[in-house]
Amino acid sequence: MSDSVDPMNSTEPLGKLQKPATAIPSMAQVSKERKTAASTVLQKIRTSHPRASRVPDAVFAVIILLSAISVFAIVVLVAWELIDKSRLSLHQFGIGFFYGHDWDPVAGSFGAMPFIYGTLVSSFLALLMAVPLSIGVAVYVTEMCPQRLRAIISFLVELLAAIPSVIYGLWGIFVLAPLLREYVEPFLARTLGWTGLFTGPMYGLGMLAAGIIMAIMVVPVIASITREVMTAVPQNQREAVLALGATRWEMIRMGVLRNARIGIVGGIILGLGRALGETMAVTMVIGNRPEIAKSLFAPGYTMASVIANEFTEATGDLYLSALVEIGLALFIVTLIVNALARLLVWSITGGTARVRA
Amino acid sequence: MIRSFRVLLCIAVLVSCAFAQTRLNGAGATFPYPIYSKWFNEYHNQHSDIEINYQSIGSGGGIRQVQAGTVDFGASDGPMTDQQIAESKVKVLHVPTVLGSVVPAYNIPGVSGEVKFTPDALAGIFLGKITKWNDKAITSVNPGVNFPDQSITVAHRSDGSGTTYIFTDYLSKVSPDWKNNVGKGTSVKWPVGIGGKGNEGVAGSIRQLPGSIGYIELIYALQNKIPFGSVQNSSKNFIKASLDSTTAAAVGVKMPADFRVSITNPPGKDAYPIASFTWLLVPTSPTDANKGKILKEYLFWMLDKGQTMTQALSYAPLPAQVVEMEKAAITKQIKP
Repeated sequence: MSDSVDPMNSTEPLGKLQKPATAIPSMAQVSKERKTAASTVLQKIRTSHPRASRVPDAVFAVIILLSAISVFAIVVLVAWELIDKSRLSLHQFGIGFFYGHDWDPVAGSFGAMPFIYGTLVSSFLALLMAVPLSIGVAVYVTEMCPQRLRAIISFLVELLAAIPSVIYGLWGIFVLAPLLREYVEPFLARTLGWTGLFTGPMYGLGMLAAGIIMAIMVVPVIASITREVMTAVPQNQREAVLALGATRWEMIRMGVLRNARIGIVGGIILGLGRALGETMAVTMVIGNRPEIAKSLFAPGYTMASVIANEFTEATGDLYLSALVEIGLALFIVTLIVNALARLLVWSITGGTARVRA
Repeated sequence: MIRSFRVLLCIAVLVSCAFAQTRLNGAGATFPYPIYSKWFNEYHNQHSDIEINYQSIGSGGGIRQVQAGTVDFGASDGPMTDQQIAESKVKVLHVPTVLGSVVPAYNIPGVSGEVKFTPDALAGIFLGKITKWNDKAITSVNPGVNFPDQSITVAHRSDGSGTTYIFTDYLSKVSPDWKNNVGKGTSVKWPVGIGGKGNEGVAGSIRQLPGSIGYIELIYALQNKIPFGSVQNSSKNFIKASLDSTTAAAVGVKMPADFRVSITNPPGKDAYPIASFTWLLVPTSPTDANKGKILKEYLFWMLDKGQTMTQALSYAPLPAQVVEMEKAAITKQIKP
């Protein structure tokens, strides 16, 4: 901090002392010279502006401290508000709320399990489809793609991220759902029906449709982060692997993906975050039925959807409180999933590296 | 720069002074929003010093805000419950404004004409007890219609809504089974079916799924030319919903003094059975006397002139005798 000095106030001594620094002698020498330079300059500033010297530093420190604290404050406030507003429901149902299966606003009986299940399963489905696809896109764009095509593909991927989710939802209802109902679901039922995951009436709308829509929405997040991370892998890593006689695929696997894996996992976590919280597009295609069904054809419901759907017309304090508690459940689930993802990263990297996500 | 800013500021102040306005704020139901915004706009055109803002945040929000006193009036598709009235610090008068109705829409392959539904058939379908279109409960009242042997898919609203309230209120009245197992509310625990968001979500599901049936607002069906069926009323007549048959539903009902009345399954041979009022919730002793007076004047305008504008937007107007009762109640009960 001591060597961050405004050169405008003291052009002459700095100018003189900077010269040897540009010649790059030894590190120790440089830092020593800098220190003396800085202290001289500081002294000069302090004598000419006795009060101004430390104020900007202090102000800056306070401001960044405040912005760092504000993150904590926001998280704590959100958690506190959720707990406070759901007190009625917490009191009424206790811990049973989180594994209760019943959601009956008329009878005043509420349980969050079908929504937690729907959120986790649809997000997991989305990642299952999106991760291979996005990594494929990123590998192609960074390693194998002709220069001209690269810009086009990158642009299209980013365009996907810019489409509002309600548009995805409408597209889901009018294009994806009929497609699923007419072709994809009958095919899955014929070929994979024995698993029990693809049975029952085919509406088109349901868990599978929600998973696919979210996968499309998550791809740009994961693909663009993966691409950035892979671009950042130093060229000499690739060359080194190739020099050992590796094929192109081996080079990508060992030279690039291995080096970029932490960043890729970070991208996946961000994508997961988007999937867990996605509301509009999902609620338009998932069928909105609070039920735990094994078949992916069956309709489901997510936590974010039920809040968006029922909050405006929720009359009655217990009902409102239960909806807020669903929000609390979503908060907790997000925390747990993120923590698990971090553990996963630690286990991949042997506990040395830190995640940047 | 600063100068031009000052000039702008002066203009802004002048403009706001020239239109020295009384601003009323309301919030609530989404169903009557188109007609309300038309009324408030028209009223502002005729009385340039009065502006009425309305936020369509949903009936639940409308009730909560008027209870808390944060708005000058609320609006709701369902009347406040006894418990809500007991808990509320603000005493309100329910003022019926227009009528709406809910219709069964369907997509049955090979059936293009109008299908008739008995109350038992509707309740059976939505309870999941009638599962095929060629069930006797449906075919027996539709002679000449060739129903396929197709399973029925039920589509309902996933978002809490007054439409769901009206429909489930009706089913609760005609089917004890429904009343005991499901009940009425803005959201209920549906025994079967898939949920679509909003009228457009339900209509979209119906259009997409062969063999489906759902319920939508009459207005939405009329404006989007979606075919719908007729329903048997309490006089055993099959009535197709229209603005006239909706208004007829309110004629035969005995109106209580506080206007909190459900008019589903009403008496009257021409009455369409799945209809309801929508209400403004007006505090009887407003905190701001001036605003209260203005709101009172507006209500009279709405009941006279306003009622003539409803048909253009596909809302059913109030019957004349209800209008008279409301005027008397407003004069007597609202004391700014």
